[in-house]
Amino acid sequence: MSDTLDILSFPLFGISPVQNQIQFPFGYGLHLENYSASSGHYPQVPHEAVPSQLNNQYVADYHSACYSIPVQSVMTPSVGPSMLNTQQSQQLYSGAPHPVESAGGPTQGAISSASHLHTSVPQSYSALSSHYSSLTSSSVASQGFPLSSGHYAMPTVSSAVYPNLSYPSMSIGSPYGQVFTSQSLPAVGQFEETNAFPGQSSTVPRTLPHQVPLGYNSTSWSTSDFQSAQDNFSRNHTGSQAKASSQINTGIVLCMQYGGYVNNQASSAPAPLSSSSDDEEEDEEDEEAETNSATSSPAPTPQTSRAPKPFGYGYPTLQPGYQNTTPSTSAMQPSNPGITVLQCSYFFQQYPGVNQLSSTLGGLSLQHSQQPESLRPVNLTQDRNILPVSPVLAPVPNLNSDLRKLNCSPDSFRCTLTNIPQTQALLNKAKLPLGLLLHPFRDLTQLPVITSSTIVRCRSCRTYINPFVAFIDQRRWKCNLCYRVNDVPEEFMYNPLTRSYGEPHKRPEVQNSTVEFIASSDYMLRPPQPAVYLFVLDVSYNAVEAGYLTIVCQSLLENLDKLPGDSRTRIGFITFDSTVQFYNLQEGLSQPQMLIVSDIDDVFLPTPDSLLVNLHESKELIKDLLNALPNMFTNTRETHSALGPALQAAFKLMSPTGGRISVFQSQLPSLGAGLLHSREDPNQRSSTKVVQHLGPATDFYKKLALDCSGQQTAVDLFLLSSQYSDLASLACMSKYSAGCIYYYPSFHHSHNPAQSEKLQKDLKRYLTRKIGFEAVMRIRCTKGLSIHTFHGNLFVRSTDLLSLANVNPDAGFAVQMSIEESLTDTSLVCFQTALLYTSSKGERRIRVHTLCLPVVTSLADVYAGADVQAAVCLLANMAVDRSVSSSLSDARDALVNAVVDSLSAYISTASNLQQSTLIAPNSLKLFPLYILALLKQKAFRTGTSTRLDDRIYAMCQIKSQPLVHLMKMIHPNLYRIDRLTNEGTIHVNDRVVPQPPLQKLSAEKLTREGAFLMDCGSIFYIWIGKSCDNSFIKDVLGYPNYASVPQKLTQLPELDTVSSERARSFISWLRDSRPLSPVLQVIKDESPAKTDFFQHLVEDRTEAAFSYYEFLLHIQQQICK
Amino acid sequence: RARARPRSGPASPALLLPRWPRGAALAAMAFTFAAFCYMLALLLTAALIFFAIWHIIAFDELKTDYKNPIDQCNTLNPTVEKVKKIKRVKIALKLVLPEYLIHAFFCVMFLCAAEWLTLGLNMPLLAYHIWRYMSRPVMSGPGLYDPTTIMNADILAYCQKEGWCKLAFYLLSFFYYLYGMIYVLVSS
Repeated sequence: MSDTLDILSFPLFGISPVQNQIQFPFGYGLHLENYSASSGHYPQVPHEAVPSQLNNQYVADYHSACYSIPVQSVMTPSVGPSMLNTQQSQQLYSGAPHPVESAGGPTQGAISSASHLHTSVPQSYSALSSHYSSLTSSSVASQGFPLSSGHYAMPTVSSAVYPNLSYPSMSIGSPYGQVFTSQSLPAVGQFEETNAFPGQSSTVPRTLPHQVPLGYNSTSWSTSDFQSAQDNFSRNHTGSQAKASSQINTGIVLCMQYGGYVNNQASSAPAPLSSSSDDEEEDEEDEEAETNSATSSPAPTPQTSRAPKPFGYGYPTLQPGYQNTTPSTSAMQPSNPGITVLQCSYFFQQYPGVNQLSSTLGGLSLQHSQQPESLRPVNLTQDRNILPVSPVLAPVPNLNSDLRKLNCSPDSFRCTLTNIPQTQALLNKAKLPLGLLLHPFRDLTQLPVITSSTIVRCRSCRTYINPFVAFIDQRRWKCNLCYRVNDVPEEFMYNPLTRSYGEPHKRPEVQNSTVEFIASSDYMLRPPQPAVYLFVLDVSYNAVEAGYLTIVCQSLLENLDKLPGDSRTRIGFITFDSTVQFYNLQEGLSQPQMLIVSDIDDVFLPTPDSLLVNLHESKELIKDLLNALPNMFTNTRETHSALGPALQAAFKLMSPTGGRISVFQSQLPSLGAGLLHSREDPNQRSSTKVVQHLGPATDFYKKLALDCSGQQTAVDLFLLSSQYSDLASLACMSKYSAGCIYYYPSFHHSHNPAQSEKLQKDLKRYLTRKIGFEAVMRIRCTKGLSIHTFHGNLFVRSTDLLSLANVNPDAGFAVQMSIEESLTDTSLVCFQTALLYTSSKGERRIRVHTLCLPVVTSLADVYAGADVQAAVCLLANMAVDRSVSSSLSDARDALVNAVVDSLSAYISTASNLQQSTLIAPNSLKLFPLYILALLKQKAFRTGTSTRLDDRIYAMCQIKSQPLVHLMKMIHPNLYRIDRLTNEGTIHVNDRVVPQPPLQKLSAEKLTREGAFLMDCGSIFYIWIGKSCDNSFIKDVLGYPNYASVPQKLTQLPELDTVSSERARSFISWLRDSRPLSPVLQVIKDESPAKTDFFQHLVEDRTEAAFSYYEFLLHIQQQICK
Repeated sequence: RARARPRSGPASPALLLPRWPRGAALAAMAFTFAAFCYMLALLLTAALIFFAIWHIIAFDELKTDYKNPIDQCNTLNPTVEKVKKIKRVKIALKLVLPEYLIHAFFCVMFLCAAEWLTLGLNMPLLAYHIWRYMSRPVMSGPGLYDPTTIMNADILAYCQKEGWCKLAFYLLSFFYYLYGMIYVLVSS
């Protein structure tokens, strides 16, 4: 019983699986049998036995503390570690005379009872291990789910390691901490009793049979004595089992496993409901969800196979799905003898009080070890290697681990400050922007989809119920945004997943921060619209010469069947040069009819009914047209482009239904409404002073976009031009109708293969990706916060409501927030986005994301929680607005000032630092680098020749890209790839992916002997040095030597060498991580294209811009001023 | 003259009324061109006050729309709500131009009547109106407000503040014109 034991107990974690595997084979078989039997048992078993206890427990909890979510979130940690914690904390309490009275008491107890603690660890662990065996066994049946990321494991570790250290600080963190303390009250009683029989554990196997009836007795609803006795027993039982481990008769092991298994079933209960990005699967699963909620029949067999999936890896990594385990109590009883029931009840009952506590401890201790790290002062001017070797991760909000696990993924929802300042004054002092970066419609691999007739929402602010609401008691919940107390509707009391009643806090809505509801007809203004696609194609001389038609028609032909939609899907085509041509594709025609409207001043629809046709009914005609289209205009001499009239016609055509208009344009529109004139002066391209014409020249396109948006139509623009075509004006048609913009400068099908390849790939993604129609998105936040500005392709309809005619998975949004009232009466703030849309299958759905963040009062905490990437992205959005409304140089100054202000504010708070050095907190150490990169980005750079359209396109991208892609655009990742090793490789789908370290973006890192890969988001550059290793060129590029490598190489050959395989698997791994497949470009050192590569080396000095070091000096100068 | 000045606007008519019959010919005394200008300005300013109030209400509605407790139907009802909202902006747009024109009109009138002081008091607002209209967003029709940027909190707050300031200005000038009118009537 010393520290050594303590240390030893942890390695057990690693050993245990081995133990398990011994048990595993027969355990597995048995468990299967058990399962098959279970469905029959359901009705016969007294359901109340355990749930009743549970209820009691919960009721007590609710009354003692009005915050209830922790109760269930408490359950989230996986069984294994929480077991461990439970025991630890039991001991922890036993030593303390008045466990909950003061924060100091328990700590003392913890220290004094350290020896107990150590003993208990191995015990619980082996119990655990037998439990774990079931996990392993079930994982065999699982479907190979992607591994969850490793950082989930962190809380586990910390909660196991830190408890006694961190407890005193509990009350500091958040009211939750205090709440937990009080909540653990009921649990304490149990512990004390438990400790009254320390020696009993060894004898328990013998007492077991006697105890069994007790388990059933506890069916009686109230007695807490019973409960504790039972707990007591069950604990002992566990302990005994722990000691006896595998020697205990198989029956017990079996029971354990069954318990585990059923847990598992329940824990993965969200899984059957989950939907992947794949539509078909989604539907299938929806049906399951429906059956669940409607009939509450026993879990169908498909669930069996699915159920194990969180388990297999859930235990070691603490995968959230798995942690829902606890809800399952009632489901697990059925086919098991009392033993299991008791045992399981033990698991569950212990949770609310203890595990909560220990997880809080974990969370807090983590925060304490983490805070100094993010606040650690970094001397920017001295630290030359500021860039970490691995990609920067989003900071984790400083919450207790339960909330943290429930919180929304940073990929879909990120805040620039993960610690929200309490007042606007504090925010102003910190000089950091406050805002959200959203990626609401992201492709998700796992998403709980909920079908229920009533969607529970707050009655006053209409917030959807979420994991961060508080259940006051079983019948009422308190909204976490407006603090109104609402009733829990009758239907919500029933949990279809566990088929239990009276556990509203275990519903998937309350267990997941990202959920999707199938909305009822209340959420429809009209019947859900069909998927309608209209293609508006430029067929003037320029367009035909560039040859994009072939690519578009070919892609469309290939993906015609993959277009998202149902049997009602409609499609139509319009082409235009100086006239507008329509295509009658009505079913029954022998071939497509072209109808030409030459009256472009007052364009009309020749045959309104037959231009948009059902895709399935007229498929042959459509195919004929797509095959014919590329050759129809080969001899055209028409150079004019009547884009405006064509768009007006498209709008007329779409307005009855709404849908998506895809516009392909290759030049400046020169006829009819919306004609534009060239505004770019090529001599001004590299001007350092004024960049003009960043705003639109006419409001025609904006008006059109607003009209379209009103009719639920989005306009997507593909601009394929070789010369200036005033993207600033044209982009408006997509900006305000929630469309998207693609730009292919100097596009030519044969002269520019890189661009045409990119178009092909983009089109493939564009045509097949998910799409949501007639969408609206509302962002709600805790009272006191308000939304200041929205960024993205959208139309703001009300202060918090966005109108998105279409929503696509690649669209990102940014929101600036301000603090209107100080947040003194709350310690947590929540943000909720609700995206209501019609799926391509004609279903009305609501996707809800909820993010929860702590409120802090000190400036240091604000800095500790700063998310530098999010802040930079938000600043970039703001700078785009500024450069359009004011001027580019204003925007650039504002960006520099953002760094100067925040760093000087930080330096002034840290009084002990020397004023003369440039210090940044660790959380903001990359801030100057990113801002410098932003200043050198195409959108904001001056002095370097930049075409106006390129600049505008970069700005459009900044506004509409989600954070991950935007960061790559701002600050590309540079890797050295000529010496890929197996060091630190990761395995993805049977492929070994090497993980080379990130290099800083400076020419000093480039060597002539090396080859480097730069990942700019939409394009990959591979730069090959002059004296690059011949083996690399031979093995990876497939050429004998450097000289023979061609200038334009856009693909790596598939060679059968190790280095080639490594390079290719690395590149394809990078590619897979993003929706739009980037183009690869191999650049030789002496090729003219190398400027494209070198312009991204942002740390270097250029003739017009600072190097990183100079920039730092500049900032320092500004601060000292 | 010196006695008349300190008197406040609303009080003066009651005090001055008894003097009217004692004056020379009522008609000769009253309707100089300046007096006419003041009377017209008085009426038009009343209209402008109405415009300003309307302006404030329109923006307030835009801003506080979300506080509607039963906005479920709004969420459900995108098109209708949106059309309504744009219309509201449009009405605000429509009111802006008449307001500017009316104000410019009686500025010209005062110029003709050689009421320099009054003109001088109105010049800043006139200049502001001209500046405001010159720096409006790009749009083909007349108008000031762009529905795509109007919901930006800064712009919304600016517009509301503008409304309140104008309301205050018009109210003050209303009483000033009343005073001015009577003063001109009496002094001539």
